[in-house]
Amino acid sequence: MPIQFPEKPGLVVYFTVGDPDLATTHSIALAAIDAGADVLELGVPFSDPLADGPVIQRASERALRNGTRLRDVLELAAALRVERPESGLIVFSYYNPILRFGLEEFCAAAEQAGVDGVLVTDMIVDEATDYLQALHRHRLAPIFLAAPTSPDERLARIGAVSRGFVYAISRVGITGAQKSLTEDAEQLVRRLRRFTQLPIAVGFGISNPEHFAAVGEFADAAVVGSAIVAAIERAGPKDAPHAIARFIQGLRRDSREPAAPAR
Amino acid sequence: MAGTATQERAGRFGPYGGRYVPETLVAALDELEQAYDQAQADPDFHQKLDELLRDYAGRPTPLYFAVRLTERLGGAKIYLKREDLLHTGAHKINNCLGQALLAARMGKQRIIAETGAGQHGVATATVCALFGLECVVYMGEEDMARQELNVYRMRMLGAEVRGVSCGSRTLKDAISEAMRDWVTNVRTTYYLLGSALGAHPYPTMVRDFHRVISREARRQIIEKENRLPDAIIACVGGGSNAIGAFYEFIQDKDVQLIGVEAGGRGPQLGEHAARFRGGAPGVLQGTYSYVLQDENGQIALTHSVSAGLDYASIGPEHAALHDSGRAEYTSVTDAEALEATQLLARTEGIIPALESAHAVAECVKRAPKMSGSDVVIVNVSGRGDKDMGILARELRLSGAE
Ligand SMILES: Cc1ncc(COP(=O)(O)O)c(C=O)c1O
Repeated sequence: MPIQFPEKPGLVVYFTVGDPDLATTHSIALAAIDAGADVLELGVPFSDPLADGPVIQRASERALRNGTRLRDVLELAAALRVERPESGLIVFSYYNPILRFGLEEFCAAAEQAGVDGVLVTDMIVDEATDYLQALHRHRLAPIFLAAPTSPDERLARIGAVSRGFVYAISRVGITGAQKSLTEDAEQLVRRLRRFTQLPIAVGFGISNPEHFAAVGEFADAAVVGSAIVAAIERAGPKDAPHAIARFIQGLRRDSREPAAPAR
Repeated sequence: MAGTATQERAGRFGPYGGRYVPETLVAALDELEQAYDQAQADPDFHQKLDELLRDYAGRPTPLYFAVRLTERLGGAKIYLKREDLLHTGAHKINNCLGQALLAARMGKQRIIAETGAGQHGVATATVCALFGLECVVYMGEEDMARQELNVYRMRMLGAEVRGVSCGSRTLKDAISEAMRDWVTNVRTTYYLLGSALGAHPYPTMVRDFHRVISREARRQIIEKENRLPDAIIACVGGGSNAIGAFYEFIQDKDVQLIGVEAGGRGPQLGEHAARFRGGAPGVLQGTYSYVLQDENGQIALTHSVSAGLDYASIGPEHAALHDSGRAEYTSVTDAEALEATQLLARTEGIIPALESAHAVAECVKRAPKMSGSDVVIVNVSGRGDKDMGILARELRLSGAE
């Protein structure tokens, strides 16, 4: 299973597939892997992304205007699996597009495509019986979110059913950039460690080398989403792959230097 | 007691319902469920709520025999359950009083809500004024334009109305934006959801706060007719007035339960909000129910002349009542609803909300086919003041006819 973080901290990169178009997403994905992303979260655009801030909302709208479907996300995964066999590939979605595709059909197709894991924003462990069975049947890692508001009892259940890694939400809120990391993140990771041996990735609002380095102090990996999507939006289709490569190299390089003084 | 007629385990109605939310909200939903269970078991809570419903909101609402409408349609005897006479002008206040009492018990000072037609927003703003709570209401910009009067009422009551400009700029988008606010401010904020929708415990809790409609109606019809009705008709947006009007009759198998969805401009996807005609089971905004969607699982646009019925999903308990056949769901078009509004205004001197007019329109179709000894109750969920702008335009009320 290629969900692994050989270099600490590991880097998980999110983008919305089909934003700005499928061909560009494909180039962005390759550029991100080559620049040092360990795992890609391939975002399935959804019409009603209620856990997302404005940046990812806009990306979803652009991708849907292009007619991007779950099937396209799986085709992209299949291509990436051949081109970059060692990278981790996760499908990141709201539940309804998967339900509509058919839970079993989706899992079979994802396995076929070489997808490693699945993260569904609005799927919680309490509702996951059928979901987990389908994922297990097709050797897909269920990745769940853990929140600062989740009590220990929930963290234990999340730890017990997760595979690959656990995604710790850095703060209470929706996706989007923020100025500084809150103490929520570190506390959550510390609590989670009691319930799982899996790597823990921290995400939501990680947008610069300082954040990346700070997360590396207490977690195994950082997830960068809105900052990547915003960079794609700023760069435009032609320059986006290059812009993403530079952005990721910046995260990695600067985090190896001694902690930068606060700006 | 109807008790657990359609409910097998907490939060599920057959396969429908549940909790499909971001993990961040689960603790808050658990806290809410617990607080609600405690309140339900507390006689003091019920006493306070009953007092407010009586002295503040104006319950019980009359069950009125609509003589002239009955004569005009020439069939079943028609009774109107007059939720339109409640304070703020719609059934929504039943739920808002209940949830505001609960929020106060939980020590929450900031209330958020979504609104479509604005009636739930007005009712929320009203109870927040009454309890001295901060109030933010999310409303799609399309709905703000067509229900402008209610925007002013909310502001008058001290609420902040936040326009929502994403998606279809209607109820669905207002709910998404309210949920984003809740995820962000979950530690201090109470989300006062306005219909029998969303994640558990909302569908159950909102239904319970509206059960008073059928509890009263059942007693009233027995007093007046010494029998149960043959049918109850209610409009269904998210489904709160309908489930409230149906609930205490669910076990009375001879009482037909008829829910009326928005048929809009026609049967094409995007032109209506008839979830049981064009929808398929899916997950939207926290619950598993029928959802209008395309073949890729993207949520469809909807249309209705009535903002309160213009929503792509439906409360999960209605999905279960639909599948079991216990309730029947039908739809009427914009044109039929507008016509029914005028008919009720001119036969009975009652201007219904455009939402409620859908129930009246269904009654107009059915009553003539029934016998004079049959009895029908139509739930008039709200009054039409908020719709005068639309009615003026659609029915050309500005000049001579
Ligand atoms: C008067 C009235 N009736 C009905 C509705 C539809 O909601 P529900 O289906 O929850 O009763 C609304 C919603 O705004 C309303 O204002």
